[in-house]
Amino acid sequence: MRSDLTLIHQWVPQGARVLDLGCGDGTLLHSLARDKGVKGYGLEIDPDGITACIRKGVNVIEQNLDDGLANFEDEACDVVIMTQALQALRRPDRMLDEMLRVARECIITFPNFAYWRHRVHLGVRGYMPVSKSLPHAWYDTPNIHLSTFNDFEALCRDKGLTIIDRAVGIKDHEGRLMSRLWPNLFGEIAIFRITRDN
Amino acid sequence: MPEQPSDSVGLVRPQSAHFDDPLPLACGKTLSAYDLVYETYGTLNAERSNAVLICHALSGHHHAAGYHDDSDRKPGWWDAHIGPGKSIDTDRFFVVSLNNLGGCHGSTGPSSINPETGRLWGPDFPMVTVIDWVNSQARLADQLGIERFAAVIGGSLGGMQALQWTLSYPQRVANAAVIAATPKLSAQNIAFNEVARQAIRSDTEFHDGYYADHDTLPRQGLKLARMVGHITYLSEDAMGTKFGRDLRTDDLNFGFGVEFQVESYLRYQGDTFSNSFDANTYLLMTKALDYFDPAAEHQGDLPAALAPAQCPFLVVSFTTDWRFPPLRSRELVNALIRAGKSVSYANIESSHGHDAFLMPEPRYQAVFAGFMNRVAEDLELSARPTEETTAHAL
Repeated sequence: MRSDLTLIHQWVPQGARVLDLGCGDGTLLHSLARDKGVKGYGLEIDPDGITACIRKGVNVIEQNLDDGLANFEDEACDVVIMTQALQALRRPDRMLDEMLRVARECIITFPNFAYWRHRVHLGVRGYMPVSKSLPHAWYDTPNIHLSTFNDFEALCRDKGLTIIDRAVGIKDHEGRLMSRLWPNLFGEIAIFRITRDN
Repeated sequence: MPEQPSDSVGLVRPQSAHFDDPLPLACGKTLSAYDLVYETYGTLNAERSNAVLICHALSGHHHAAGYHDDSDRKPGWWDAHIGPGKSIDTDRFFVVSLNNLGGCHGSTGPSSINPETGRLWGPDFPMVTVIDWVNSQARLADQLGIERFAAVIGGSLGGMQALQWTLSYPQRVANAAVIAATPKLSAQNIAFNEVARQAIRSDTEFHDGYYADHDTLPRQGLKLARMVGHITYLSEDAMGTKFGRDLRTDDLNFGFGVEFQVESYLRYQGDTFSNSFDANTYLLMTKALDYFDPAAEHQGDLPAALAPAQCPFLVVSFTTDWRFPPLRSRELVNALIRAGKSVSYANIESSHGHDAFLMPEPRYQAVFAGFMNRVAEDLELSARPTEETTAHAL
């Protein structure tokens, strides 16, 4: 399992009702159901992802996240998870409001645009960054709202949200300590656990 | 003699089950005795856990897969999805497919003899609803020794039966697939059905449904009904691609004969149907569609109506279906979510309109097969069930 998913797996409480936005092939929901008795739904638009979920017995709903979450009631879930999808949404800020309407707690991961390799790409070489976490070229990328670890913290502050936990994911062992000290520089993937409660 | 494809269930033979236990109907009447015609494909395992029920749509019947005769040009109506290695894999599942009560393919209906009068039922055959059908199907399951279906599956009106199963007999359904269906008909759906019914009822040969007594058939009315219905099964795109504005002859002839290819096609479809289907059955089936509305008993609260359901659902819609559009399936899905049920939903890209549910389409097959594979895994069904009851594939 991806390193960010391993961390999320630890953060989700036993028996929680979970909504996974952009659930992909259902790996996370499947393991949460198996290990923690979690119940819930995944939303996905990729046909192969949807088929993979159905094969696994993961509840998946074909639904475009840009259409909102109106079909889920207030506090329908305990935790809403969104991994690597925030940056592809039309209005990430509004989705954040929606997520925190459906559950008190959210877990969000996204590629940190301020990761040092990305900075080198742009700052030194003068090209839009292409990396493992941002694999697309500028012209065909679905990532239309790239942001940094710091940007997201600022958004949470502006919205009066509480950050329960935060972490960064990195592919290699290099700079594990560095990423703890300077997450905005050494974290490749930003992982936030937030709540609207104070 | 044409050879049947290797992924076909091959030659199949319909069977008949007789029931003497009176069946109370939603309309208040009771059927004292009746017959149901059905086919089975595959083998029922020793645990009797691998049975799948197929529910048919408006003009469907028990012949869902395989061939009745070597000379048959076409296989059963859902052959694209039932057979060895297909979505509903007959190497793993024991498939039961029946003709519903009120039908005209062998099960008791308007064209059967009313034992009380010794004459044809005709228009006096009682109105049957989706709930009645499901009750009669449960009795067929009893007779076949099936306590619980691994899955109940249907498209269109068949999907409504699958849904009703989860509400009437939640403990007897392990999984349900509701395909190209709706939790209730819209005003437009009912309007189209009413046009079809009026076409039949206003045919001078209809004789208030007693056409058999007059040794005639309301062919013209049934033909019109089918033509209207058929338009709603196809998408505008599919019609455009298939016929466009193509003419049958080179020039316009400024008359009311058949000029455009689409006219010719519709007339042919209508003619074929009017010679093979019973008008009274058609009227009954359209009313069963109109009446279906499980939320009605709960003041329109669909999630409340779905409360009894226990099994995981698969809901599938098709992008160009305008008879029961994706929005209707979403309505069902959202109500299932609100009711806290297990559900997966896929909206399949297809140009074939409502009829897409009958066809093989790669993504549809992947979703359908993926669901059925999970059903089999949950029940720990092996690829080849152990022999007990032999299949009725010859």
